Amino acid sequence: MSEARKSVAIVIAGSGGTGAITAGSALLAAAARDGHYGLMTKLSGAQVRGGEAAALIELGVDPIEAQPDRFDCLIALDWQDVHRFAPEIPLDGDSIIVCDPKNGAVPEAIARSGARVVELPIAQIAASVEGGRLNMVGFGIAAELAGLEPEAVDDAIRAMIGSKGEKAVTASLGADAAGRAAFAATGVSMALAPGRKAERWMLSGNEAVGLGALRGGITFVAAYPITPATEITEWLAVQMQEHGGRVVLAEDEIAAINMCCGSAYAGAPTMTITSGPGLALKVETIGLAIAAEIPMVIVDVMRVGPSTGIPTKSDQGDLDIALRGTPGDAPRVVIAPISIADCPATTERAVHIAEALQTPVMLLSDQSIGQTQTIIDVPTERPTPLKRLTVPFATGPDFRRYQLTDSGVSPMPAPGTPDCQWVADGLSHAESGHPSNSAAIHVAQLEKRKRKLETFDFGDGWGDVFGPADAPLALLAFGSSVGPAKVAAARLTEAGTPTRVVALRVLSPIPKAKLSAALAGAKRIVVVEQNHSAQLYRHLRGEKALPHGSESFARPGPTPFRAAEIVAHLSQEVAA
Amino acid sequence: MTIHEQPHACPQQLTLKDFKSSVEPIWCSGCGDFGVLQSLQRALAELGRPPHEVVVVSGIGCSSRLPAYTTAYGFHGVHGRALPVATGIKLARPDLEVITVGGDGDGYSIGGNHFLHAARRNVDLTYIVMDNRVYGMTKGQPSPTTEADWDSDAAPGGTGVKPFSPLAIALAAGANFVARGFALDVKPLAAMIVEAVRHPGFSFIEVLSPCITFRPEEMEWKKSVERGAIQPTSDRAMATAAVLSDTEMSTGIFFKGDRGVYREAPKGHGDAEKIAAQFRVGGNAHLAPVDSGCCGGGRTL
Ligand SMILES: Cc1ncc(C[n+]2csc(CCOP(=O)(O)OP(=O)(O)O)c2C)c(N)n1
Ligand code: SF4
Ligand SMILES: [Mg+2]
Repeated sequence: MSEARKSVAIVIAGSGGTGAITAGSALLAAAARDGHYGLMTKLSGAQVRGGEAAALIELGVDPIEAQPDRFDCLIALDWQDVHRFAPEIPLDGDSIIVCDPKNGAVPEAIARSGARVVELPIAQIAASVEGGRLNMVGFGIAAELAGLEPEAVDDAIRAMIGSKGEKAVTASLGADAAGRAAFAATGVSMALAPGRKAERWMLSGNEAVGLGALRGGITFVAAYPITPATEITEWLAVQMQEHGGRVVLAEDEIAAINMCCGSAYAGAPTMTITSGPGLALKVETIGLAIAAEIPMVIVDVMRVGPSTGIPTKSDQGDLDIALRGTPGDAPRVVIAPISIADCPATTERAVHIAEALQTPVMLLSDQSIGQTQTIIDVPTERPTPLKRLTVPFATGPDFRRYQLTDSGVSPMPAPGTPDCQWVADGLSHAESGHPSNSAAIHVAQLEKRKRKLETFDFGDGWGDVFGPADAPLALLAFGSSVGPAKVAAARLTEAGTPTRVVALRVLSPIPKAKLSAALAGAKRIVVVEQNHSAQLYRHLRGEKALPHGSESFARPGPTPFRAAEIVAHLSQEVAA
Repeated sequence: MTIHEQPHACPQQLTLKDFKSSVEPIWCSGCGDFGVLQSLQRALAELGRPPHEVVVVSGIGCSSRLPAYTTAYGFHGVHGRALPVATGIKLARPDLEVITVGGDGDGYSIGGNHFLHAARRNVDLTYIVMDNRVYGMTKGQPSPTTEADWDSDAAPGGTGVKPFSPLAIALAAGANFVARGFALDVKPLAAMIVEAVRHPGFSFIEVLSPCITFRPEEMEWKKSVERGAIQPTSDRAMATAAVLSDTEMSTGIFFKGDRGVYREAPKGHGDAEKIAAQFRVGGNAHLAPVDSGCCGGGRTL
């Protein structure tokens, strides 16, 4: 058990108020300082506040892109209600459970995994340090298990607790050291191989989307709170105090997107942020923005639906509504970041596309990307900025807001520009912007708006290919399904079945040429997605963007997609 | 100088004609909305802001067709959502004069929630509702201001539901200027619009605007409107009492308040890289100065 590992997966759990999540964040921060990567998912009970909580963390010498198949260790600060998490914390005979015998027997739902129990008097250790808290002892145990350098661990504590004063820092350092010493004495270790120390970033997908918005030049945000998207709005509201820009808390999602129509019409790069139920409310206005050619980014952090569904869990079931939700023919740009690390650049790019094409851009994130905290290499790629065409071709009576052009893009001068007054209108309109019922004019404008999307060059941003480019097996995925697909592909490749992953970033308009080049030579193509009705598969099939015989592996939330089930699915199908 | 006399940017000599567009209204001849259009054009001329500095925003309905009939910038959005659009425009561009117009269905039914919150938020907007107590565009269904016993195909014998008072609601929700006008009294209505626009915050004018086609009896309003009976007050409770004890046919300004308007956007440094620095961890992150542009360039995504 003591040889250096490439990764270790640890759960720190406890009842409300024990601070399990804080301990998890500290562990992630310590690992980052020790040159390691990591990924942390938070679990909490159904209570609004104060229920049981668990931090699920995997640390590794390489970037971690998906939740692990199983956990090596569960550290239980206490047992109250922690058993409720059992289905989400897969343990097995190779795992260990660290717990305090004072808290009673390991609950049956967890004990049944066959994991080995390592008893430690956690409460007594905490009490031996003045002001010592259970969670810092738990943190020390985890840090020792993973073999993190004491210096990195201390640094992380200082960075996290420093603002609370020297007394709190001393107490935390003491509790952590006591936890480490006590665990070291057990002789158990799952120490990681040394990491490569470098400056990295630690952030969540929701924060990363917020940063992309600022980098893209968003100055106006209107939104109504909804899990799991609220954190983007809140993050921007706080950061914009310093950065500049404005977040308006609208009375509902319809108001939010209509405020965005107004601010974008007035010239401001604009964003609204929501999740499925809110997106449903916005669809009428999405049609307006498409028809009147109003740019904006609409962020949907997907959760399990339909209706209220399971608000805190991930799913990719909003693709259909994102692609087509609104009456009439309203083609639009739909893009999805393929990882947390990809969120800043893809969000920034979404702003540029919206501005350049004068159209709403749907940015599809999901709970799994949004609310997961991770350590990534500092992103170095930035999209080339694109701007809105605001200079008119002609002024006065000759100015035509919706002039038919080869690119489909026509000038959009903002109010305040003399001699260019135009009326944004959801009514079918002529080049002048004046309402018209003429069939020829209607079709010409439909074609114009379609042409904008089809002639735009998405460049390298269409998607990415991972793994051997000539592999006979290709997994096609988007959003948070890309991570587990990549892990599964790496495993399959290592086991002798070369597998590539085609990660689709631009979901509409489908980058058909790029996609078909990326799939060229594949003998077997499987579309992997986290929803019940194979929405991506049907979309690609319907648009004839997939070769015959392509397969679908669609599985809905709420349980996170794990690499092992993708591998298992593929082997099963092969065997059949 | 009182708040009502705040100067607006460079007034110019403008006339009603400068605000008349070439687009032919679709309205029935004799529709009250013509009077509102004319009053607005007059008011805008008097206010002296050139058409390109004015935005007229609306939802859907006969009345909501108005923006295309002026030479100002305009936004003819979806049904009921004019006020949020106007809010977005004004917050993004406080330099613009933003006028919102629409009908009783648009503003009080489908858009009722936005009406409450626009009044509460108190952004510097003017909202003119052409209340004909009917959904004109969809050919004559009762609205929230229609009398309970008004007979229609959609509600034979009447809805049996009491209409509400938009003015009382506006006052309760926090509007900063509340008035009632009559569409066919063009001069006084134009003067009222001028005052409403000049008054800071959310200014609301309910205009009695007859629908000659589906409510021909409303043409009698010419006689039944009570002119000049109302005295403006800055006391919200008194204004509310006046509204509630009124016949609902009095025209005039009921309330001019001094509530603070919605706050300005923070003015920041505008440097996203300073913000990004908070994510740094490990390496020399704790030593590195926060400088901008550290991650610029790179390939096109
Ligand atoms: C979402 C939506 N629902 C319904 C309609 C149909 N509709 C158009 S205008 C209107 C009512 C308009 O009444 P009002 O605002 O009083 O305007 P008026 O025509 O009386 O001036 C309705 C119900 C629509 N266009 N959109
Ligand atoms: S139906 Fe009524 S409200 Fe509509 S234009 Fe005709 S008169 Fe005016
Ligand atoms: Mg009406």
